[in-house]
Amino acid sequence: MHELAVCEGLRKVLEEQAQARNFTRVIQVWLEIGELAGLEVDAIRFSFNVAMKGSLAEDAALKIVEVPARAWCPTCMQEVAIKQRFDGCPHCGGLSLQVVSGEEMRIKEVEVN
Amino acid sequence: MCTVCGCGHNSAINPEVSVQSEGTGGSRSFHRGQDTASRIIQIERDLLHENNQFAAMNRSYFVEHRILALNLVSSPGSGKTSLLVRTLADLRDEFPLAVIEGDQQTDYDAQRIRSTGIDVVQVNTGKGCHLDGRMIGNALNELRPQPGGVLFIENVGNLVCPALFDLGEAHKVVVLSVTEGSEKALKYPDMFHAADLMLVNKIDLLPYVEFDIEHCISCARSIKPNIEVLSLSATTGSGMSAWYEWMRRCRPAADGNRVDELSAGTRPCA
Repeated sequence: MHELAVCEGLRKVLEEQAQARNFTRVIQVWLEIGELAGLEVDAIRFSFNVAMKGSLAEDAALKIVEVPARAWCPTCMQEVAIKQRFDGCPHCGGLSLQVVSGEEMRIKEVEVN
Repeated sequence: MCTVCGCGHNSAINPEVSVQSEGTGGSRSFHRGQDTASRIIQIERDLLHENNQFAAMNRSYFVEHRILALNLVSSPGSGKTSLLVRTLADLRDEFPLAVIEGDQQTDYDAQRIRSTGIDVVQVNTGKGCHLDGRMIGNALNELRPQPGGVLFIENVGNLVCPALFDLGEAHKVVVLSVTEGSEKALKYPDMFHAADLMLVNKIDLLPYVEFDIEHCISCARSIKPNIEVLSLSATTGSGMSAWYEWMRRCRPAADGNRVDELSAGTRPCA
């Protein structure tokens, strides 16, 4: 259940940013989470509510943009969609794919006042 | 059209659905103005930012003191502690050694390590399922490992969560025993992707179990093509010398020549 630890880290970032950028309440939080990031979106949602209790983001809405996993196939010289790290290229079957997106786990922006 | 911000989405009451349906970059300014006094601020920060900062401090400490830090990860029961006990006994006269033991509860493993005479700090994660950068920073303050040596961090037995948390180590070393399934890498791909070396342990039990080493290695390499693999038995000592040789190759040189590479945290040792 590392998602709780991740959300506790998010809360700290929000608290720091509130000091630095002068806001007192978080209304919405947008996260970007890749399919290969090792984070379960449902667990993040659950943990977010737990971790934000009593904080400036207690009532904040959580918006998650899920980033599809894509990889570069050096044989086909093109980007392909994958679902897991060990997927082969859907065109040539090659296994030497290099992941180009889907590992994101970022706070993008927040709506505050 | 959304009646709140006029953004074109159908639902103003549950905008979440429309946000999720957008691809990368679709987050910007969705339904801003739900509160007229509100503003949007960009943060663009990794969700593991805090952990990564602690890990970076630990990594600087290791580089400065020429310490090779190895993060040992595995399922519970793969034999990490037995492997460590034998390793410590065999290498203790060669270079300074120290251990950070991570377990959810108890200091049983630390007691086993302590019985070898090697310095050890036990970290109990309590409700947590992994060690993090901050815990290792605190443990280093207590342990003060000697310069030029090897620090083993025995992580909590768990192939999921520890994959995400950088501790500042030079390498994650994943231990897999032959009493587990040979397809474990496919089941826990994040961990095998994060590791630079896989130790296949308990090979003395191969005659008694159905375990296909070649298949195991090909599964691991389908996740991480350049993962190094060594097969050994901490019980009989078979294959241990190759593991020691791997560590010798990975240790930063006394003149600091390899420090820059070490700091990248991903340097292959071959």
